[in-house]
This record gives sequence, C-alpha cells and structure tokens, in this order.
Amino acid sequence: MSTGSRKRIVKELAECHADPPPGTKVQLIDESNVHTWEILMDGPENSVYAGGHFKLNLTLPKDYPFKPPTLNFATKIYHPNVSNDGKGSMCLGMLRSDEWKPPNRLLAVVNMARSLLLEPNPDDAVEPQLADQYKNDRAEFDKTARDWVRRYAAKK
Amino acid sequence: MNMDSDEEFNSNSNVDMSSDEGFLDQDMESDVSLGDDYELEASDDEEPDIGFDTQDKDVKPRKEAYQVDFQVLSPADIQASQDEQIDEVSAILGQPPQNSAILLRYARWNKERLIEAYMDKQDEVLEAAGLGSVATEQPPRFERVPNFMCDICCEEGDQLDTFAMKCGHRFCADCYTHYLVSKITDEGEAARIKCPGDGCNRIVDSKSLDFLVPPAVKGRYRELLTRTYVDDKENLRWCPAPNCEFAVDCPVKRKELFRIVPTVMCECKHTFCFGCSLADHLPAPCVLVKKWLKKCEDDSETANWISANTKECPRCHSTIEKNGGCNHMTCRKCRHEFCWMCMGVWAEHGTSWYNCNRFEERSGAEARDAQARSRQSLERYLHYYNRYANHEQSAKLDKDIYIKTERKMTQLQSASGMSWIEVQFLEQASQALQQCRQTLKWTYAFAYYLKRNNLTEIFEDNQKDLELSVENLSEMFEKPTDQLQGKKVEIMDRTSYCNKRRIILLNDTAENLKKGVWEFNVEMTG
Ligand SMILES: [Zn+2]
Ligand SMILES: [Zn+2]
Ligand SMILES: [Zn+2]
Ligand SMILES: [Zn+2]
Repeated sequence: MSTGSRKRIVKELAECHADPPPGTKVQLIDESNVHTWEILMDGPENSVYAGGHFKLNLTLPKDYPFKPPTLNFATKIYHPNVSNDGKGSMCLGMLRSDEWKPPNRLLAVVNMARSLLLEPNPDDAVEPQLADQYKNDRAEFDKTARDWVRRYAAKK
Repeated sequence: MNMDSDEEFNSNSNVDMSSDEGFLDQDMESDVSLGDDYELEASDDEEPDIGFDTQDKDVKPRKEAYQVDFQVLSPADIQASQDEQIDEVSAILGQPPQNSAILLRYARWNKERLIEAYMDKQDEVLEAAGLGSVATEQPPRFERVPNFMCDICCEEGDQLDTFAMKCGHRFCADCYTHYLVSKITDEGEAARIKCPGDGCNRIVDSKSLDFLVPPAVKGRYRELLTRTYVDDKENLRWCPAPNCEFAVDCPVKRKELFRIVPTVMCECKHTFCFGCSLADHLPAPCVLVKKWLKKCEDDSETANWISANTKECPRCHSTIEKNGGCNHMTCRKCRHEFCWMCMGVWAEHGTSWYNCNRFEERSGAEARDAQARSRQSLERYLHYYNRYANHEQSAKLDKDIYIKTERKMTQLQSASGMSWIEVQFLEQASQALQQCRQTLKWTYAFAYYLKRNNLTEIFEDNQKDLELSVENLSEMFEKPTDQLQGKKVEIMDRTSYCNKRRIILLNDTAENLKKGVWEFNVEMTG
C-alpha cells in the first residue's frame, strides 16, 4: 500500500504545481518526505486578508488517502475556522474524518483553504466568539482581521 | 456541517422516523397500561377466595411492587432477534435481507415506522437509507475493466481486480478493502459506512462487506452492528459490567423514569439501573441520583471530613477506629455504646422518640436570617450525606470482615479436623448486608430531596427499621469466629429479617412513586 500511496501523492503534488489556486504556491518542506507539504498563500485581493502572506502546513497521515490530511495555519490569522491557540488548526468539511473520502484531492483541500479566506464559514467554526462577531459585528471583525494581517502576515 | 443521512431525509420530506417525539406518542399508551397493572394487583388482594383463578396466578412467582419485568439477552439472542426482524421486513417489503438490514438500521429499528414510510415513499426511503434506487439482487464480485485507473491509489491496468456497488463508484479491490477495514477497525463504524466514492451516500451492504474484508474484520463488523442494534433500541441496554457481553431487554420507557426505578440483574449477577446504567440505586429515581451525585461532587471538600475512619468517643474522648461495618460502637476504654453516624447513645436507637435517620428542621424563628438559613441548609445536606457516605463505607468494611471471617473459618476447620462447617449462611448474610446498605445509602439521597408530608413519616420508619436490622446483622460479624457456627440460626434469622425490611421499604417507595404522591423539593427534570 505504501508504494501505491506514494504514487498517488507524487501525482497530487504535480497537480498542485500545475494548477494552483491564484496567489498560492505548494512545495515539499523536505524533498525526501512527501508527507509534509508547505503552502504559501496570499490573502485574496477582495478579502480582509488582502496584503497578507500566509504559510500553511499540510500533513498527510501514514494511512493517506484513507485518512484525511491535517491543515494548519503557521501564520497567525484572525479567522473563525482557524484555532487561535498557537496551532492554527482547521477542522471542517472534507478535513473531518467522517466526511473525508479517499478519492478527495489535496488540490481541493488547498482550494477550500483559499475560499475560506474569501468567505469564512461561521456555522462550522472552531472559534465560536469570532464566528459570533463575524455574524453580528462584521465591522469590528474586519477591523481586527486586517489589523492582524498587518501585524503578523505583512512580510513575505 | 456533518449531515447525517437521517437529517437529510427528514428535512427533505416529512417522514419522521427517528426523532424522540415520534416515540413519545407511543409512550402515552404504556403509561396507562402501567396504571392498569397496578389496579389489577390491588384488586387481587381484595378478593382472595375466588378459587381457581387466583391459584393460577399464584403459580407465577410473585413480583414485588418495586420490581420490573426484564429479560437478559446473550450475544446469540441479540443476533437472533435482529435476524428475525430482518427476515420479517424482507418478507413484507420484498427486499433482499442485506437491504432490509440497512433499512432497519437506518430507521433505528423502528419496524412499523419503516414499513409505513416505505409504503408511502419508497424511493425517498431507499435514497435516504443509502440504497439508491431499487436494488436488484446480484452477488458481489470483482471485475476487470479496460483502461481502468483507481482514483484512490492511482494504479492503472486492465488486469486490476476492481469493485463497485450499484452506484458505480469503482475502485481497485485493494483500496476498497483497505477503506472498509480502516472504517471498521480504526473508526468503529459498521451500520453506516458509505461508499468510498466522492460525495456518494450509499451505505455499504453486509454482502459486499462480507465479500471484501478478511474474516477477522468480519467478526468485528458483526460485533459493531450488534452494538448499534442495542444502542438504537429503547428497550435494550448493555450490561455496564466490564467485559460483560449480555444485554437486558426491559419495557420501561425513558419518560417513565420519574415514576419507576427499573432495576435489573444481568446473567453476570451485576445489578444495575436500566434507566441510567448506574449500579442499583433503589429507591431513588434516576433524576435524583444524577442531581445527588452532582451535588456530592461539587461539595466534596465540605463533606470530606465525614468519611474519616476515626472519631472520638462522645463520653471519654478517646480515639476510636472503625474497622467493621457495624455502626453500633462500643468505646474500648469507657464501654460507652453509641451510634457512629449520629454519635448519639445507642440504647436510644430502639425507642420510638429517637431518630438517627431523621433530620430535625429547626423552628422558623431560629432560621430567620440568611446566614442561619444557609447554615441550616448545609447542616441538612451534611446530615444526609453523612449517612449516605457512611453506608457506602460500611458496606466495604462489611465485605472486608466477611472475607476475613470466611478465611478464618476455613482455616479453623482444616486445623481442627472438624467435620465440614457450613458457611453458606455467612455468604448469604454478607450479600444481604451489601444489598441493604446499598439501598440504605440511596434512601438518604432520596430523603434529601423529599418534601415532608404525611407519607415521609412512614418512609423514615421503614428506613430506621431497615437500618436497625442491618446493624443487628452487621454486629454478628464482629463476634469471634469460633462462636459463629453456634450463632447460625440467629444469623439466618437476622438475614431474612433484613431482606424482608428492604422489600417493605422498596415496595412502599415504589408504590408511592408510581402513584406520583411523593413530593420533592427539586424539579424532577433532566
Ligand atoms: Zn486502488
Ligand atoms: Zn458510490
Ligand atoms: Zn453483565
Ligand atoms: Zn437510574
């Protein structure tokens, strides 16, 4: 199985190199280890994260693709779907083990991360307070999110 | 969002098969029948000489008011009852058994609802249960497909064994199997494993599963299916004893738990509450047990000092250690006899004016200001907690002393070459002590929430009588071992008296609970 898994991962990496979402770069942290990826993602222009440069880590479990990958923001970000505990972890949609299906692609995971920057999903949040603010006090949310971009994600 | 197939189904159509409200409608009827049972028993007593009719009834072992009907099921029984229902549904719906099984699990084993919904909206039900459109029966098999590439492992080739269910999502045999094995062994899923295809909600049927996974995993799969079966049925519950594989079937419904304390005994002898799975907590209803345990946990520091094993003699103040279960203490130094629980003079426990078990409320004048009231409420709690904790601890000490006694008697017997000494009666005495202390313990939690009315006095009398009979039996174990054989008849008498007092107390509380005449000082909710 491990050779099969490697074959697939290499293929997926090629897919991500060939057709990454706008402003996104995907690479292996260490060429000898196909299980840990690094994603460099620019905040989309028409979002509060515009101007930010975010680093994310994508880790593939040993049993990939039968178990979902894990995705973390290494750059601090003010976002209802990203845990604000220093780990920057995300747990929604296809990243959950009960939703993940083996044919799902990492390119889709990367795309999901980017679309969450464009539009957070407050109904499936890891940070309930941020979700609440996002829904009920959007101006304040946007202000803090932009502020965090300047403070933590400004330089490349 | 994790959309369960049920929810999807329920929101798409109005066929409601798994919500609680659905079950509640049915519960109303069983409430009435309970009341009828009760009337029946009462009228039996009033007309004792009808002859044959009553004799017929006497043949059955008489059920006490506090007891409930139940049946213990072995793993094989559980399997058989599943199979029976699957066959029945297959015959009615004309679906192959593996599909009927999926449908039943989807409907959480509510057969009537399933059949009704199926007759009404067949396609929707099949879709929602993960069976797609009507399945035709064809044994699962591998296929080789030209120009195939597996979307999971990316292997390709015409010679690859592949598998797909009716939905057509085809993957190589290795990947399909690996997917199923990982769902079963790592995630403990069984009844609702979906097709590995992206976005496909079709449930993997047991025939496909049997075909694909190795025998060891099949065993685990069956186990998990049985588990969900018992979990889904309101009338079934697993025995909570560690490693016990039996389940209990009991008709008592969740909403009846305010009026019944359904206590059942498993094949393994573990006695537990069918309502909440905790160990036997008669006579207190589940909701009070839950509140009480929560309170004890919150107030554990306040109450900690009570469980200390040493106290001072109230007369001469020498330190006294409690090493048996009996609460009738005699100070070694001054021979003062007192009650460990209330520290009162023991002789007064038998007389009617003295009450160790009753908490005396102080008059209103004394408890006027807030501080006095809060002090009184703490004292009241400590009064009941003290006795609750004491019986719990005494039960342990009783057990220790019984084990020591039994060992000593066996030694005595082999050392002296005496004829075989009958120790069965000691074991029975020990069991009675354990059971009665368990009951006594919970009577104090029950009493804590009880509002005083004309019934509470009878309850407190019963409690006191049981308590005294228990202490009288308990003290027998503190006699020198070589005297025990001579005390056999006395011990047996005291044992059966204890058991009798327990039944009297439990019947009284259960009857009043069923009639709804106890008044409580808390809301009887959640
Ligand atoms: Zn494959
Ligand atoms: Zn499918
Ligand atoms: Zn058991
Ligand atoms: Zn209970």
